[in-house]
Amino acid sequence: MEVKFILNGKQTTADIKEDTVLLDLLRAKGCYSVKCGCETTNCGLCTVWIDGTPSLSCSVLAARVEGKEVTTLEGLQEEAAEFGAFLAAEGAEQCGYCSPGFIMNVLAMVRELEDPTLEEVKEYLAGNLCRCTGYMGQLRAIKKYLEMKRGTK
Amino acid sequence: MITINSYVKPESLEEAYELNQKRANRILGGMMWMRLGSGRVQTAIDLSGMGLDQIEESEEEFKIGCMCTLRQLELHKGINQYTDGAVRECVRHIVGVQFRNQATVGGSIFGRFGFSDVLTCFLAMDCYVELYKGGIVPLREFVCQKRDRDILVNVIIRKDVRKIRYVSSRRTKTDFPVIACGVAKAGEEWQVSVGARPMKAVLVTEKADERNAAEIAEKLTEQVTFGSNMRGSSEYRKALAKVLIRRQIEALMEEC
Repeated sequence: MEVKFILNGKQTTADIKEDTVLLDLLRAKGCYSVKCGCETTNCGLCTVWIDGTPSLSCSVLAARVEGKEVTTLEGLQEEAAEFGAFLAAEGAEQCGYCSPGFIMNVLAMVRELEDPTLEEVKEYLAGNLCRCTGYMGQLRAIKKYLEMKRGTK
Repeated sequence: MITINSYVKPESLEEAYELNQKRANRILGGMMWMRLGSGRVQTAIDLSGMGLDQIEESEEEFKIGCMCTLRQLELHKGINQYTDGAVRECVRHIVGVQFRNQATVGGSIFGRFGFSDVLTCFLAMDCYVELYKGGIVPLREFVCQKRDRDILVNVIIRKDVRKIRYVSSRRTKTDFPVIACGVAKAGEEWQVSVGARPMKAVLVTEKADERNAAEIAEKLTEQVTFGSNMRGSSEYRKALAKVLIRRQIEALMEEC
């Protein structure tokens, strides 16, 4: 079957099997930032935005994005690099495998929550697992990133 | 992992119902659990795009479309005002925001899963399901029925004068609950749902009289059967339930 959607701002058409999941389609389209982690909807590595909403691409049928707008890290390079610099400065990544999904969800959070508290940040990001860092570096990076955003608003 | 042979977005509920009468066909909710199963689905029936993803509020009730996501519940001001945050509390521990953006209310309720926070919380309210052929059925009856080939269209919360609280205990954040309790004071009655027993949620009641919270919690807990699994033994679950129910009753007694 055919699916038409907007991928990172560009109209895209793909010929897919009925049970193709979005994760596999996006990687086939060259979006290698989208990683497969647990494949059981728990880790958040495969996070992309569907019509601006953070979603787990391992659990969405590709057929379901017909007519929708899908955004991956490749479509947010400038913002991702900006926040990524905060992660690097805080030593907040080791293997880096979880970073694309994590950054996608942080950027979604920044759009959705006006001025999140630490508890709200933790709750929003609870679905993004990192097996290396213990999260403290990530939380420091988010705190400083939010402070920077507030300063520039 | 399931495989799907064909994918259909029906234009009407009648079309979806007809397709769903074949055993090899399946209705898609959020697909969070279905895709983890095995087997072959002949036709996947996708209800998205039929306008069933809205929450309507009137003076008498909330009507929640089956394709509404758990995140919509979590963020809905009217529902959370009416339930004093109980509905938000019941969904906010479920995996992560991305998961809750996809998992649907219809899938959570129709599945009648033992681990379901949503089913447990809704059971403690004056709640109904609207089935395409079966009509409007009280949730407390629906939860006891066997799964059939009908379609859950809406979940209805009728507004009455009740106070409700929801609490769960988990071994770690975002995990399934070890035990989950919805505690409501409705008129002269305590209505308490207990889920993650680990069987599907049940509703038990006790008269609201002069007894203290500990006595009432004891009587309510005695009515519930608990089981064991890797998350906890039946004895542990029972002990947890008794404490959690007592605490919520005490809190509601102070409020009422």
